[in-house]
Amino acid sequence: MSLLDYFKTKKKPSTAATAKERLQIIVAHQRGERDAPDYFPAMKQEILEVIRKYVQVENDQVSVQLDQKDDHLSVLELNVTLPEKP
Amino acid sequence: MAQIIVVTSGKGGVGKTTSSAAIATGLALKGHKTVVVDFDIGLRNLDLIMGCERRVVYDFVNVINGEANLNQALIKDKRCDKLFVLPASQTRDKDALTKEGVGKVLQDLAKDFEYIICDSPAGIETGAMMSLYFADIAIVTTNPEVSSVRDSDRILGMLQSKSKRAEEGLEPVKEYLLLTRYSPARVTTGEMLSVADVEEILAIPLIGVIPESQAVLKASNSGVPVIIDQESDAGQAYSDAVARLTGEELPLRFVTEEKKGFLKRIFGS
Repeated sequence: MSLLDYFKTKKKPSTAATAKERLQIIVAHQRGERDAPDYFPAMKQEILEVIRKYVQVENDQVSVQLDQKDDHLSVLELNVTLPEKP
Repeated sequence: MAQIIVVTSGKGGVGKTTSSAAIATGLALKGHKTVVVDFDIGLRNLDLIMGCERRVVYDFVNVINGEANLNQALIKDKRCDKLFVLPASQTRDKDALTKEGVGKVLQDLAKDFEYIICDSPAGIETGAMMSLYFADIAIVTTNPEVSSVRDSDRILGMLQSKSKRAEEGLEPVKEYLLLTRYSPARVTTGEMLSVADVEEILAIPLIGVIPESQAVLKASNSGVPVIIDQESDAGQAYSDAVARLTGEELPLRFVTEEKKGFLKRIFGS
């Protein structure tokens, strides 16, 4: 760092903060699938295809999640964002 | 009871072998009889880092297949008489490691050693899975970088579902974070994830932070584990990590930027 740099205001957005944000999202997603049974991805795909028979939706408009509430209860959550009527 | 410690990461090139060599040497220097086992079948490298590559006669796979016994395959370290190396084989046979075979070898080693350090290969193939299967403790080696952190999280998932302890419903594998190649200066400028960031994302206890250091390449060039170089920051940081592993509580070192002097700031460095 030289004298000139010393007086320059350096306010660049931190790339580390971006990295952290991206990681938190991907890791949360990874963990959601970690405990899921082996049939889960196939089931998710089939559910999606059934919905598509009736409504035109994209992959990212459907979220299927398995939540372990406690030892005896897991909840399958299905969220579909339907397209707006034309 | 011997402790089986796996040094793992998922991602390659983050410092598993460097860390395995350093931690094994550190434990042995503290007086614990220690063996370090190379699980990277086909890509043997621990022998080079330990500086015993010219003394390899028999290897891990020879022992599993009954072609040699453990005493023939174990290489005694030149610097420390409590330290032994079990080299990997250079075979290209992917099925060389079996659960039964590895289990039997580790069981035999456990009779003789206090610590068994398993140096995992990168990836999630057989070698990596075998190295973590029998572990009591996992040292998850991570660089402060997105792909390494993500892969570490994947490996944590494996430890929690695919290890022997998980399968048998025993007490889970103890997981520790070892952050390597850390540059405090780049953290200050916001270019690198901080210790706190990585700890928050992975949510496992920290066992050590190893600074990015020229000493690591120097050490591997000469086949001397970097922990032997106690003049170096990396060597001292590994010593701290080993001390924490054996239950000591030490403050973190080398995590803040060295202050530049007034003249250096003006005239540049």
